[in-house]
This record gives sequence, structure tokens and C-alpha cells, in this order.
Amino acid sequence: MGLDFLELSKTFLGKGPGESVHVLENIQHRIETGRFVSIIGPSGCGKTTLLRIIAGLEKASAGKVLLDGEELVQGSEAVGLVFQEYALFPWRTTLQNIEMGLEIKGVDREKRRSIAMEYIKMFNLSGFENRYPRELSGGMKQRVAIARTLVMNPRVVLMDEPFGSLDSQTRNGLQEFVLRIWERRGDTILFVTHNVDEAVFLSDQIVVLSKRPARLTKIFEVGLPRPRDRTSQECNQIRRDVLKVLSE
Amino acid sequence: MKKERFFIPLLLILIWQGLSSIQVIPSYKLPSPIEIILGFKDLLIVGVPPGNLLHNHMLYSLYRVGLGYAIAALLAIPLGLLMGWSAGLLRMVRPLFELVRPIPPLAWIPIAILWFGIGIKSAAFIIFLGAFFPILLNTISGVLSIPPILIEAARTLHAKEKDIFLKVLLPGAVPSIFVGMRIGIGIGWMTLVAAEFTGVKEGYGLGYMIMTARDIQRPDEILAGMLVIGVIGLLIDIGLRATESKTIKWQ
Repeated sequence: MGLDFLELSKTFLGKGPGESVHVLENIQHRIETGRFVSIIGPSGCGKTTLLRIIAGLEKASAGKVLLDGEELVQGSEAVGLVFQEYALFPWRTTLQNIEMGLEIKGVDREKRRSIAMEYIKMFNLSGFENRYPRELSGGMKQRVAIARTLVMNPRVVLMDEPFGSLDSQTRNGLQEFVLRIWERRGDTILFVTHNVDEAVFLSDQIVVLSKRPARLTKIFEVGLPRPRDRTSQECNQIRRDVLKVLSE
Repeated sequence: MKKERFFIPLLLILIWQGLSSIQVIPSYKLPSPIEIILGFKDLLIVGVPPGNLLHNHMLYSLYRVGLGYAIAALLAIPLGLLMGWSAGLLRMVRPLFELVRPIPPLAWIPIAILWFGIGIKSAAFIIFLGAFFPILLNTISGVLSIPPILIEAARTLHAKEKDIFLKVLLPGAVPSIFVGMRIGIGIGWMTLVAAEFTGVKEGYGLGYMIMTARDIQRPDEILAGMLVIGVIGLLIDIGLRATESKTIKWQ
């Protein structure tokens, strides 16, 4: 059981000849259910495009994505996406943002409120239920965005550089937070980052992509027990190996 | 601070009253402030023409504007959301609107009278034309200003077209819709008074009232009527602003 990429390729067609951009080249990989997998690669290489294809926001030019052996249809409820820029609805409060998906699904008011309140507690957002996004710090916004995605109980959680615009202290805190939540829930997480440190600290597996058109260059298994010490010898060793592949 | 704002207007009114009292300003051209206040009293209790009291003129004018404006908003907001959402529709409909939009609402009066006769329908139609385009164009630009990522975020939460329309486009465009509605009511209100100059069947209306005051040589009542028109316009704007800041606390 897991998420399979079968010879995935993506080309963005331009207007004239020579204007097309070849982004993904024949990506073939399997991600076992329940694993925390990071995708790392030079910026602009197509990591985000890969996530967008899985999330159904973009169509693959060739190949397909299977989830537990079945082709992922567009808008599948099995997949959730967390954006780097939070993408919170500015006219909705914390509570209303978290409720959005349930509202769309047609869950009745009381039920969705009680579910959302559970997540507010779990995500340490108590006291900020009725605040609007502009009143929240970056770290809080991203917690709201993650809660908004997880409340839908996706089997696969896609995260697109979710901590990319946070300061390092907030970032470290959120990494630990996401790990705790993940350990409790056991979802499959596909985490895009360009931060090797972050990938080593979080992941069971690190997938390295080449620069555009992105090919799968190497896969690292990170077998270290959690909680991990970011500065340990073992972490440093893996980090060195990943950085070496990236710089090749 | 607050008191300072009234200083210059008060001073001007005092000078004006003084110049009128020593008859430097002829009262038949520009009545003094006190005469205008007395004229206002006459509008209230005697009426122009006699018997047609101010509050009834106000009600008729507000009714005409309310009708034309409500129809304009009810059509322009949904249409603007659709046009902002669908680039194809926008391309197809825009040339038509671009052609019609620069025609001043008042230029429609002759054809409006031909179509609807003199009365509430043609007045409402003129108001409608004045209010419709600002609301429409601001709704469209409101939708276009919504970051596409919010629509994608809604999609990843499995939003259907209907959800995107009602839960993303509409709330996202609300600030801009309010701008359009404020411009629209302003133009509508201005247009109304002019539309009433051309005649009203019912014998009521603020524009009709001040034109009648001119016919009977009452500049005091003309000016008092103008002030009433201005104050009502101001109150409408204040009302809309208050609703606006209540509705869009999130900005």
C-alpha cells in the first residue's frame, strides 16, 4: 500500500516553439503508507509541480499517480495540500478557516464547530478562534493552514515548503509539532523543502531531485530514531551525503 | 481638534449673513442664511407647490433611487462575479459595456420617457443606469484581485464551482463591491435630481421641488432644497460606510 508515481512527466506548453518548459522527467517512485518523505532539490526544479499534480491542481503530461493501487482522480478527498504562503482566507477567522472544508462537505454547523474546536486545541490556537489571519503571526497562520488541511482527514498530506518563510526558531518548533501530530495520526506525509537540515530532522526518507527537468537522482533512508538531535554526528553525516548529491 | 473643523464654515456664514444684512448681496439672487432657514421651514410646513410638503418630496425621491439602485445592485453584483470568474464571458460582454458605459445616464432621459413614459419607471431606469456600471466594474475588479492561490486552496478542500463562487469569489470581492455601491449610490442620487427636472407625474420629488421653487421665485427654498439634497446624499454615504466597516472587519 502506498503512493506510486508511474513514469510521471510534465511539460508546460508555451506559445511558440522553444517556449515550452520541461519540468518533470519520468519520475518513478513508491512511497509506503505512513512514511514521512521529504523531496529536496534545487529551487525551481519542479518539486512544487510534483505536489500540484498529486493534489490535482495540475495535470501530468504523461504517467500517473496511484494511491493504494488506484489512480488518483482530481479533487480526491484522500489528498490534502498545505501551501507555503498559508493561503488562508483573509475574510475568515481561525475557526472559520479550519471549518471551510467541512462546510464544503456539508457537515452540519454544530458538528463542524466541535471538530474544528478539537483542532484548535490540538494546534495550540485556543484564544485565537475568532481572530482574522492578518492578526496572526506567521507560525500561527501556518498552524491554522495545517489544521485546515488535516481536519479533512486526508490519507496523504502534501506540504509545499510550509516553513519556508518562518524564522528558524518558529520553524524548529513547528517541525517538532508536525512530527508529534504525524506520529499520533500515521498519515503519509510528502514534504517539499530546500532545507537539507529540515529534511534530515523530519523524514524517514529523502528523495533528491535534479535540476530542471527534474529526475529522481537519489534516495536516502534516514533510519535514525526520533526524537532526533539536529547536531548529532549521525544527522550531520546524512546531511553531508545529501548536500554532496545536491551539489553534483 | 473637533472644534477647529467648524471654524472656517462658521466664519463664512457669519460674513455672508453680515453682507446680506447690509444689502451688499441682493436677497433675490442669494438669500441670507437666516432666510434660507426660514425657507426650509416653509418647505416643511407650507410645501412647494403649497400642500406638497418636504417629507413627501423626500420619500418619492428616495423611493425612485431605492428602486433603481436595488435593481442595479441585484443585477450588477452576480453579473460582475460571473464576468470576473469567466475570462471568456468578460471578453464577450465587455465591448458592449464599453460602448454603453460612456453614455451619460441623463442622455438616456429622452429614450427612457419614450419607453416608460414620465413617471417612476423612467426615473428608476435612469438611476439604474447611473448605479449599474460602477457596481459592475468594481465587482469584476474585486474578483480579479482575489489571489488565485485562494481558489486553489478551496479546490484542495474539494470545493465545487458553487462553493468557489459563494465562499471565495463573493466574500473576496466584497470590499470592492462596497466601493462600487458607494460610487453607484452617489451617481444615482445626483442623476435622480436631474431626472426629476424633466418632470414627474406624481408632483413629488426633490429635483421637482427645487425647480418648482424657481418657477415661483423662491431662491430661499431652492437653496434650502439643495442643502436637503446634499445632506441626504451625505447620510446615505455615511450609512454605507458604517455597513462597510462592519462587514469587512477582516481588512
